[in-house]
Amino acid sequence: MKKLESSLLNMIVVLTLVSVITGGLLAAVNSVTEGPIQEQKDKALADGIKAVMGAEDIKVTADDKVNSSVDGKDREYIIHRVANASGEPIGVAVESASQGFSGDVKILVGLDKEGTIKGYTILEHAETPGLGARAVDWFQKDQKGDIIGQQPSKGKLTVSKDGGQIDAITAATITSRAFLKAVNNAYEVYASEGADAQSGATKKN
Amino acid sequence: MKNYLNIIKNGITTENPTFVLLLGMCPTLATTSSAINGMSMGLATTFVLLCSNFVISCIKSITPDKVRIPVFVAVIASFVTILQMLIKAYLPAIDASLGIFIPLIVVNCIILGRAEAFACKNDPLSSIFDGLGMGIGFTIALTLLGAVRELLGTGKIFDFTLYSDNFGMLLFVLAPGAFITLGYLIAIVNKLKK
Repeated sequence: MKKLESSLLNMIVVLTLVSVITGGLLAAVNSVTEGPIQEQKDKALADGIKAVMGAEDIKVTADDKVNSSVDGKDREYIIHRVANASGEPIGVAVESASQGFSGDVKILVGLDKEGTIKGYTILEHAETPGLGARAVDWFQKDQKGDIIGQQPSKGKLTVSKDGGQIDAITAATITSRAFLKAVNNAYEVYASEGADAQSGATKKN
Repeated sequence: MKNYLNIIKNGITTENPTFVLLLGMCPTLATTSSAINGMSMGLATTFVLLCSNFVISCIKSITPDKVRIPVFVAVIASFVTILQMLIKAYLPAIDASLGIFIPLIVVNCIILGRAEAFACKNDPLSSIFDGLGMGIGFTIALTLLGAVRELLGTGKIFDFTLYSDNFGMLLFVLAPGAFITLGYLIAIVNKLKK
């Protein structure tokens, strides 16, 4: 078959057609996958809350959104108030974030009522694989940078390079600092906004 | 049939995209910090390469020469986005480990390179085989590179520990290690080919 000539009309028609078809295709796939993607996100969050609170049989009684400005950047923190099966509040899981080595590091930190760290999970990050990405395990219980059981109320968590008590990830100090900052911020938001036990209504400010 | 086998073999050895053509260096260097990352990137690229080669070969006669690059880019970008949405929706485990690499496939010049050098001159079936061969070649190269870096850097291969990571040379997991390893691998491949 002979190749279509590069006349202005041909070029416009072909480019328009290709854009319309590919655009339509993307819209179709998007409408199919939108639901499952949201489901996966919700499920990841629900599983995350269970994991960071270290308990299976829990329910989230309220999600409080708190806007706070940290280092000149507005961020939204979400405090998920968690109660045990009989409805007694056992603590909170706070969604927090800070600027990592490449992009934001979004974490979920579980705090008990006294503000002791019960667990954490990383919801989203774009850190270097093999280096900063090791934060997923590094700060867990019995790992090298164990933060579980620490109390941010007794002073901010910092890496040992900055005179703190937490071992930074080898060759990923920036990620480690960002991670600990997110943890500290999560605690501060909880301490300033969330310590008073509210239930039911979602607070927005 | 022999012809098609030759096309596949061509992609794996004679014109291996990484070791011989030196195409797609960005994902090659950036994503091979471990064997599994390298292999995942290779497989994802293979999928896109197969689809884009086929479609571009099908529409080659209705694509005016002067706008072929925008048309190719639109086709490739669509497949990458579709792949990304499907993985996010149905394979969350894979999304967690390589979510950030998938969009990078758009800028992988192997795909545009094969569209330009092969798919727009050959029939759809040969183009599929070319995509397959190039994809396999790319996957093998990335897995090998990732395995060497992971082994020297952390003492593991595919997360299977061979020796303690206290003896690992961190350099190999970092960016310079990618260049050093790639250089030596290319030298070895060239030596073997002679």
